[in-house]
Amino acid sequence: MSKHTLSVLVENKPGVLARIAALFSRRGFNIDSLAVGPTEHPDISRMTIVVNVEDLPLEQVTKQLNKLINVIKIVELDPSAAVRRELMLVKVRADAETRSQVTEIVQLFRAKTVDVSPDAVTIEATGSGDKLEAMLKMLEPYGVKELVQSGMVAIGRGARSITDRSLRAVERSA
Amino acid sequence: MTEQAAAPVPQHAGPEPMTGAQSLIRSLEAVGAETVFGIPGGAILPAYDPLMDSTKVRHILVRHEQGAGHAATGYAQATGKVGVCMATSGPGATNLVTPIADAYMDSVPIVAITGQVASKAIGTDAFQEADICGITMPITKHNFLVTDAADIPRVIAEAFHIAATGRPGPVLVDIAKDALQARTVFRWPVETQLPGYRPVTKPHAKQIREAAKLLATSKRPVLYVGGGVLKAQATTELRILAELTGAPVVTTLMALGAFPDSHDQHLGMPGMHGSVAAVTALQKADLLFALGTRFDDRVTGRLDTFAPFAKIVHADIDPAEIGKNRAADVPIVGDAREIIADLIVAVQQEQSAAQAAGEARFEYGAWWEQLNAWRKTYPVGYDPAPEGMLSPQQVIERIGQKVGPDAIYAAGVGQHQMWASQFINFEKPATWLNSGGAGTMGYAVPAAMGAKAGCPDATVWAIDGDGCFQMTNQELVTCALNNIPIKVAIINNGSLGMVRQWQTLFYNQRYSNTVLHDGPENDGRGPAAGTRIPDFVKLSEAMGCYALRCERPEDLDAVIDKAMALNDAPVVIDFIVHQDAMVWPMVAAGTSNDEILAARDVRPDFGDEND
Repeated sequence: MSKHTLSVLVENKPGVLARIAALFSRRGFNIDSLAVGPTEHPDISRMTIVVNVEDLPLEQVTKQLNKLINVIKIVELDPSAAVRRELMLVKVRADAETRSQVTEIVQLFRAKTVDVSPDAVTIEATGSGDKLEAMLKMLEPYGVKELVQSGMVAIGRGARSITDRSLRAVERSA
Repeated sequence: MTEQAAAPVPQHAGPEPMTGAQSLIRSLEAVGAETVFGIPGGAILPAYDPLMDSTKVRHILVRHEQGAGHAATGYAQATGKVGVCMATSGPGATNLVTPIADAYMDSVPIVAITGQVASKAIGTDAFQEADICGITMPITKHNFLVTDAADIPRVIAEAFHIAATGRPGPVLVDIAKDALQARTVFRWPVETQLPGYRPVTKPHAKQIREAAKLLATSKRPVLYVGGGVLKAQATTELRILAELTGAPVVTTLMALGAFPDSHDQHLGMPGMHGSVAAVTALQKADLLFALGTRFDDRVTGRLDTFAPFAKIVHADIDPAEIGKNRAADVPIVGDAREIIADLIVAVQQEQSAAQAAGEARFEYGAWWEQLNAWRKTYPVGYDPAPEGMLSPQQVIERIGQKVGPDAIYAAGVGQHQMWASQFINFEKPATWLNSGGAGTMGYAVPAAMGAKAGCPDATVWAIDGDGCFQMTNQELVTCALNNIPIKVAIINNGSLGMVRQWQTLFYNQRYSNTVLHDGPENDGRGPAAGTRIPDFVKLSEAMGCYALRCERPEDLDAVIDKAMALNDAPVVIDFIVHQDAMVWPMVAAGTSNDEILAARDVRPDFGDEND
């Protein structure tokens, strides 16, 4: 099994997320992570879906996704040619004694301290999954009180855009 | 399916002020929907008021929503147009779930219109509320929830377009009651907004050339034809291609009638109960030319042993079918009619090139010798019934012979369906309606009703089992009251015959819950002493039908003749047949096609020992 990152452009309509989630569950595909949000065009949303499948089922995933009427376009992003980011918010135990050590780790990973209280700090970090995992490992000895993490979002490197042509299609049909 | 099947009649209208309900009916008229099968209820009620005044849309009041759904499917399969069914919210809508799933599995274009509770009440568990869009998400090609009356014409246009084009399928339109009641403006035509829907119909020229090349050099090809050829109305093209190449043809359960059964190049149906010649041809082939078919498990048997020597050319309108079950050497995405038309040209080019070069191409002589030997040694046949009893196969075969290939036949699901596929000769497209993918018992009567409503001049026979018949027979009331005179042949063996067959073969003749004509004390091993519960003759007469019964072989012809002569009301014939007849040949579920049995304990000799 290997991880693949799919960028899926969908119509910004009610129920689209449910259709995609239902398709994955019905066809027995596993979603590693899913992030959805707006794009530069109000009628289009973009999902970044990380799936954990072999190459052959991946072809089925994309073909079945493409059959959904609300799906406009699917692009698999090659990890070497894409910027991929996850966001993590983590609340770590830190009192007067350990706070400076924790903030040092935060700086090392170019993360940010976004909230401080007498016995905890809340850290905001973005990066690849590997980087966040490494930071978390460093923080664990101090005591992780709470952790929340987003799905991955990704975008291809270089000047080309995957949305150009799709936008034209949407504008034509509108 | 070709665009023409449901292309809206371009008529310009509006803007006209009216209610959402009126706008719905006007939209149905504008897309050319002539017949709607349905039942009203609270949430859909506003739509039924303007429906009463429509001179273009005929509404047929069914007795159960499932009947409406299958009728829409039968109508669509027989006419090539989009079938329409209508129901109210909640239970009305959920009763459509089975026929929608059925149409999805068999890629039949239908549009289901359901009422929904008022938009403000959605999500509150209101009376007769069901999330029918959520429920039908995995069994529709697409569905819509409409809460704004202004969207109705566009959504109806999109629904019919999606249902009929590309790989056809069911589309559900769920309309909130307040949208039906609201004032709106009707305008036609409307612009559809489907940026994500672009079915590919034109095949890639390079793939077509590759396919023709493979066909030219193969020694043992088979044209493996599926329902997509019927849906694309490509049967004329298929015949030209077959005769041009001289390659053998097999037609799947969904494709019966796509190539004449009487044609010398036709080997029959492949699959679990296919002919030995057809099944074995696929197994021994060096090239499968798959046209509009999906390598269903009932055709392939155990997938990893299916057609082990064959290269695969796979042509289908749905890219997701290509490579789903079997990897394709030459994938072709497109409409079957365009594909076959292009293939004909490419094959002709290969032939002239071969002729010019003096090379032997399209040489299948040795292959045909083998195929003909299988055909001759293992024809599809059946054992005679015990003395004095009717054999189900004989009944079905005789109906086919007497009624002929111009009639439309609808079957339920089970033994009688398989025998109908084997013993009726299908010569023409759109004459065989059945529930192939879903295997929906109870399909026959409502589907026959839908076909007859769509093709009033055609003779329509339902070949049904006594189990199936007890699921949906109430639609005979609809037939009787709406002048839809179908014929129904009940192949009455007093049991759930196909399940019984499996119990005979795989469960030591323990007939658990397959005896239909008697109570649980009957273990099913004794003779079938029918209790006549229910008495199908009395039942059918009560529903306004002519009813006949046939129990003896010597009466068979006379009873069929009599049924054929009665045309002013539906006719039901209760054929009492013996209960131990089995469907052969058979490839047991989960086994390889190589394990096909021509009859019980009879494994054909393919000369494998010499391999």
